[in-house]
Amino acid sequence: MDAVHFDLTCCLLVFDGIGGEHLIQFMLNDEYIELTTAAPNLSILDWLRIHQGKTGTKEGCASGDCGACTVVVGEYQNGEWHYRSVNACLMLIGNLHARHLVTIEALSPAAQAFDDLHPVQRALVECHGSQCGFCTPGFVMSLLALYLNHSQYPGKRTVIHALGGNLCRCTGYQPILNAAQRCFAYPRVSSDWLAPAQLLERLDKHTEVPSLTSGSHCFFLPQDLGQLLQLKHDYPDARFVAGGTDLSLEYSQQLKCAEPLISVSQCTALKRFTHTDTGTFIGSALTYGELVGDFCSIYPETRELFERLGSCQVRNGGTLGGSIGNASPIGDPAPLLIALQAQIEVQSLRGSRRMPLEQFFVDYRKTELADDEVIVGFHLPLRPDGLHLACHKISKRIEDDISAVCLVAAFELEHQQIQNARCAFGGMAAVPARAHHTELALEGQPWSLNTLKSAGEHIQQDFSPLSDVRASAEYRLQVSRNLFTRIWFEQQARIDNVNPSPVTRIQHAAL
Amino acid sequence: MRHFKIEHSAKAMAQVGRSIPHESAIKQVCGSATYLDDKSPPVDGLFGYPVLAGVTCGRIVTMDTSAATVMPGVVRIITAADVPGLNDVGPVFKGDPLFAEQNVEFHSQPLLLIVATSYEQARKAARAVQVEYEVSPAQLDIHQAIKQQDWVRPPHALEQGNVQQALVNARHCISGQMHIGGQEHFYLEGQISIASPTEDGGMFVQCSTQNPAEIQHLVAKVLNRPFNYVTVEMRRMGGGFGGKETQAAAWACMAAVAAHVTGKTVRIRLARGDDFRITGKRHPFFNRYQVGVDETGLIEAVDIELNGYCGYSADLSDAIVDRALFHADNAYHYPNARINGNRCRVNTVSHTAFRGFGGPQGMMAAEQIVDDIAYHLGIDPLKVRKRNLYRPGRDLTPYRQRIEQFVMADMIAQVESEARYWQRREAITMFNQLSPLIKKGLSLTPVKFGISFTLQHLNQAGALVLVYSDGSVHVNHGGTEMGQGLNTKIAQIVAQVFSIDAELILVNATRTDKVPNSSPTAASSGTDLNGMAALNAANTIRQRLVEFLADHHRVPADSVRFESSRVYFAGGEMDFSELAQLAYVNRISLSESGFYATPKVHYDRDKAEGHPFFYFSHGVALSEVEIDLLTGENTVTRVDILHDVGNSINPAIDIGQIEGGFIQGMGWLTTEDLRWNADGSLASAGPATYKIPAIGDTPAEFNVSLYDSENPETSVFKSKAVGEPPFMLGISVWSAIRNALASLTDYRFAPSLSTPATPEAILNAVAEARQWAAAHLHNPEATGRTTEC
Repeated sequence: MDAVHFDLTCCLLVFDGIGGEHLIQFMLNDEYIELTTAAPNLSILDWLRIHQGKTGTKEGCASGDCGACTVVVGEYQNGEWHYRSVNACLMLIGNLHARHLVTIEALSPAAQAFDDLHPVQRALVECHGSQCGFCTPGFVMSLLALYLNHSQYPGKRTVIHALGGNLCRCTGYQPILNAAQRCFAYPRVSSDWLAPAQLLERLDKHTEVPSLTSGSHCFFLPQDLGQLLQLKHDYPDARFVAGGTDLSLEYSQQLKCAEPLISVSQCTALKRFTHTDTGTFIGSALTYGELVGDFCSIYPETRELFERLGSCQVRNGGTLGGSIGNASPIGDPAPLLIALQAQIEVQSLRGSRRMPLEQFFVDYRKTELADDEVIVGFHLPLRPDGLHLACHKISKRIEDDISAVCLVAAFELEHQQIQNARCAFGGMAAVPARAHHTELALEGQPWSLNTLKSAGEHIQQDFSPLSDVRASAEYRLQVSRNLFTRIWFEQQARIDNVNPSPVTRIQHAAL
Repeated sequence: MRHFKIEHSAKAMAQVGRSIPHESAIKQVCGSATYLDDKSPPVDGLFGYPVLAGVTCGRIVTMDTSAATVMPGVVRIITAADVPGLNDVGPVFKGDPLFAEQNVEFHSQPLLLIVATSYEQARKAARAVQVEYEVSPAQLDIHQAIKQQDWVRPPHALEQGNVQQALVNARHCISGQMHIGGQEHFYLEGQISIASPTEDGGMFVQCSTQNPAEIQHLVAKVLNRPFNYVTVEMRRMGGGFGGKETQAAAWACMAAVAAHVTGKTVRIRLARGDDFRITGKRHPFFNRYQVGVDETGLIEAVDIELNGYCGYSADLSDAIVDRALFHADNAYHYPNARINGNRCRVNTVSHTAFRGFGGPQGMMAAEQIVDDIAYHLGIDPLKVRKRNLYRPGRDLTPYRQRIEQFVMADMIAQVESEARYWQRREAITMFNQLSPLIKKGLSLTPVKFGISFTLQHLNQAGALVLVYSDGSVHVNHGGTEMGQGLNTKIAQIVAQVFSIDAELILVNATRTDKVPNSSPTAASSGTDLNGMAALNAANTIRQRLVEFLADHHRVPADSVRFESSRVYFAGGEMDFSELAQLAYVNRISLSESGFYATPKVHYDRDKAEGHPFFYFSHGVALSEVEIDLLTGENTVTRVDILHDVGNSINPAIDIGQIEGGFIQGMGWLTTEDLRWNADGSLASAGPATYKIPAIGDTPAEFNVSLYDSENPETSVFKSKAVGEPPFMLGISVWSAIRNALASLTDYRFAPSLSTPATPEAILNAVAEARQWAAAHLHNPEATGRTTEC
């Protein structure tokens, strides 16, 4: 474990420079909360269970993989409150600033009579959706988010995507699926109680950087890019955090000490999505949940990749900037952005620079990002006419699993010839990378199964993957090769919509 | 007292047979159902965390705790020398040290316990202890263990007839082998215990365990106190599945030692990753078989070898491998059989009980055999299964218990017709001929599962029924509630006796000072045993009330009726609550302890024969799957289950067990992939890498029905045990995947498909099937006798 040496004097000085009190303000159910001192790496889960005695939220894994600790977090955006499910074990307490944390206790009347239950709770009881009951509060909260965001039953696929991050070991899920349908059949209950106006009133009085301190440790929540760049300049050792979907594991699993943390999750400049006639800009701090709609309107082929990225809770916390900044070789966003010729924009007080994303990754978990720089966002060129885009994620489990192999292939077809082929892979090397030999074997070749198959044979020139717990090197190579056959069949079905095309995918409920 | 008269009229059955929700359902959806870690620690409460070995096998040279001792919050470091009594928590056989003293036998074995003022501090300090080892080579390969006869317990075999001769005489002789993966329980609530010293020098232990009595006994032995000084309480578990039958003991005993040493309440909760690393799992197995069959697929002889990876110690492995032997026939008659079970020692955590308790691993051999026969002979697998079922005249099991209930043929026929097996079989064959990338498979597999502990003395239970003067009722029993609905069913049983509403019955924490010497809640026996004990106690009180009323009002006893919370007698009636009050003021005892011992069961291990099972539970599952030939991805698209629970005490709870058991069995055989690193540490040590089924894995069409048939034995209200049997219905998924693979060989061969059938395993099997097809399909083998053995 690397000890973090941190100069307290420096911290206080700069802190005062940015100004004001150290304070985080939020609502816990119907209670207004102000926090000044808390360990910056304190998770919402530990805060609730250890500091607040609110034990309705359960710890199943403390790694964001089981959903037992699911809570609902409300955020005031564009004049209204939006509520989303998140893992309380991953989200750090500081990121609750200006938000409304809703826990199972909010839905639990003192009397606990059947008639007092919220429709999602009532449906779970009536459908026999709890056995041991340990996962149940998490399911209730995921269902609550679903209920709040849909006025009527949204269909099984949507339900599955909302609940894919909640594991149940007892029921086999059938009664929970039934409950998700039944809760919409009862008379709809009002959610007026979910509009904590008092929080907004109190927030208006504070305009400086919200922050937390505990001894020499601190957590900053800059609200604009200027504050962010200044903080990173002043604290070059600081780590960035947004959803905490990866960083929090260093605290809960590796028991690392907290460095200074700078949260980018409320920095407005990093939360923009713009689409103009010159291309698309995606802010680095947009969560997957926030960007997927706009992104898929341009690239509908990527929907499955986003739907299978982590769980609903993870998608509500995780950001593109977080995944890229981590330089994980197994993240799915990097291959996608590389295949789409994304440029990454980074900025510091020294200025800003852009580079092709694939050049950003230097080595295993190492990037070009300098100590004082911040990832601002990603620029995509305009979608070329005739672009074919194929996104394929292979994992042991369809939902909420990390890719053994992720392939995003982009190419254009001109007169039945393959042009501008880009094949980006995750899981095949120490960094997300393009398969240059394979691309070369596709470039300028006629569109045929034979071309695709022969190109796939070049994979082993491009990569020497590792064997690990997810898959062997042989499997990774074999599947990578085989995916080119799948791509041909899938794209061919789109091109040739006259002849009946063969089935190319299994009929899994989450797909 | 062992037998009870059971009323069966429709009115009388008002409580038993109702689908009432789980007794804790409302509390669970409100987050107010309390699990152990939800309890506030006392202000001076302490937290313990074990120090784990960093090697797999070797001698401990030095342990340096100096860095840990000075860390903030650290109060004490407990070593083996602090244990006042026995430093061993082996449940049946010794050999499971509480703290390893000299030798490390598996990676992450506990060495010491840090006691600190917070959970986080204890965990951090546990990692600061420096241990020096003299590493020795570890046994991690089961084939080496078999070769060296490195057993944790001696082999045991079932033998019937003349196997050698029958194999020689058989028209076809087929052989095969398979690796079967283990399984992590992944109870959502991890292992946890809280120990508090009592004023008498004893210990009060709250523990998430399926076996409070054994925790009591082990804590007493570790503390060197008589059993009566230790009380164990267990209100509810957040899942057990066998993983808290013996595996809860170490943490309870460590907490008790720490509480004894410090005089404070000590809590131990394992973080999820460590729970994966240091608690036992379902035994992986390596199975081999030879089978001799006639040309119709009728089995004449089998020679089966089942090798369980037991881990470093015996734990429950003797009984687990025995149960594998008892289920290597599944529902099929073997006229000649030799079934041998080896208990292999490997340097891993000691593998343990898990739903099915070895039965599933044995049953996999039977289902592999019938599938292999079918493909070898070119007969539909369902026909081979039906042909080999136990039936009158072919009714003797390899352990010489006669099968007496023959429902399987009827159950299969029902699913076959209602789920349209043959139409779908035809459609799938057509689909597969035209589909180059995706293949479908279909398989119907039966489950016949023996009910009773194979260790005779565990087949007993006690209960305590207390009727209060307002007519409310409190019940304690020796079983534990882990989500399976045991307390709900017990409440229904007692409510039935008094004809009152089940909501008037409170069944809560299991305590060793209420019901002594209880058996673990395991072997699917919870309701069978404890339900009967509670029924016994309630019936005694009821009889006492009848006699009191008859005497008090001078009416015939047979005029007294309990109905809809009222009590009727010649010339009068009253509320049950009024009767309770009346009995109280007339000084009639309103409490009773009940007892039950299962009749008929016995097993002579020396002769390998007996009647180990009171009865059998049955089930049939028909699964349809799809596999992707390019990636090995797979999915279950439709499942039809018909399951035999006898007369259901609570159909909703029983169906919940069936659905959940099926999905857990499916997970075991598909996505749940335990992997160890070359150094013996667990690679898949958490839900990020170990994948249990998620909600989308539930089959799109999932039909579950209860078979209409009462238990012919005198079980509680003629019901049947349901905890474990449905788990093995998941085998149909594995068999259906093999069926999809067999489409590549014109259904003449299926790769053995070791489990879990992950996408990678399936893709490898696709290659194997294609190789077989290339070698065999163009020159069809000569008909006649085959000798693969």
